[in-house]
Amino acid sequence: MATFAKIQEIIVDQLGKEEEEVQLTTNFREELEADSLDLFQIINDIEDEFDVKIETDEGLNTVEDLVKFVDGELAK
Amino acid sequence: MNETRITHTASYLPARVVANAELAEMMETSDDWIYSRTGIKNRRVVENQNTSDLCTEVARALILKSGKKPSDIDFIIVATMTPDYSSPSTACLVQGNLEASNAMAFDISAACSGFVYALSMGETLIGSGKYQTGMVIAGETMSKVLDWEDRSTAVLFGDGAGGVLLENTGERPQFIDEYLQSDGSRGMSLTTSYSYNSSPFYQAEKKASTTLKMDGRSIFDFSLRNVSANIRTIVERNQLSDESIDYVLAHQANVRILDAVAKKSNLSRGKFLSNIASYANTSAASIPILLHECIEKGILQLGSQQKIVLTGFGGGLTWGSILLSL
Repeated sequence: MATFAKIQEIIVDQLGKEEEEVQLTTNFREELEADSLDLFQIINDIEDEFDVKIETDEGLNTVEDLVKFVDGELAK
Repeated sequence: MNETRITHTASYLPARVVANAELAEMMETSDDWIYSRTGIKNRRVVENQNTSDLCTEVARALILKSGKKPSDIDFIIVATMTPDYSSPSTACLVQGNLEASNAMAFDISAACSGFVYALSMGETLIGSGKYQTGMVIAGETMSKVLDWEDRSTAVLFGDGAGGVLLENTGERPQFIDEYLQSDGSRGMSLTTSYSYNSSPFYQAEKKASTTLKMDGRSIFDFSLRNVSANIRTIVERNQLSDESIDYVLAHQANVRILDAVAKKSNLSRGKFLSNIASYANTSAASIPILLHECIEKGILQLGSQQKIVLTGFGGGLTWGSILLSL
């Protein structure tokens, strides 16, 4: 849950959205209209925040995808 | 005491304006798509000129403004990643056109950081006491290295040139500090004009790749992390408060990159000047074109002691900042 809260905060800050708009099931490409540069920045912030490396954004579409990816990396 | 000063600035943009809408007729893109992702509306593109022609126009303007004779110029440095030839250098072509009979001339290859690198070299030459007056010019015809069918890169770049006259005035220092960096291990993130060896003895694959290729995410990451850190370093190691920096003239790569670098370097976005909407990314030329435009508009004044940071970043990878007290 801590991972979600932090990722939610990063997305809210980067895309200028309200917290309610950024839920686990939210597809940030389609529902939040994040373009490739938004995504680069969100990934960059997540990498810095959690000290992980996200090699590709392929397959990462929802907030839950990001949370699962980060939790998976942190568990390694 | 040898003190290098920028005493005059100039720029030259080719006349042909290409708006986003014109590109949308050539490839699958739109004005809205380009503007929202880059901040670019127009770019200039050469129709019958090469890089040395653009740089010569800048050199002539510097002569005209300064009242100097071409024979007064001790050196001409041109920064470019799109030279007319590998040899002669673009700077030698400019020197010949200008009939600057006493000037030594050479090019610097540092892609979009070229002007900052070349300015550092020019400042050092005059600081040595061996040279009194020189020109540092950056010019690009990016249009000749673009893949005009690749919408992800063709829309980003433009042609143009800008430059400065440097003189040993012996007055108070204008160049306060510099921090230039490079990382060749990430060089393949942005490449252009790979030439092959056509010798009958050459055994490896003969494959030329002339057009510009860019790994967008790597370059964006590099801008965010390394460029922001470079700016922070030069501000902090000179014990300057953020407020005491008047403006940052960063390479005009993309307005979204400027937004991100400003945020990451904890400097107010308003300090980052921009003219990318009019000229797109002119590589090495973007900083001197912007510098000249801001001086013409009165935003910056030579002799005012305004503190500005010039920050270049691009292929190589290369990046770096110069802190000036105008």
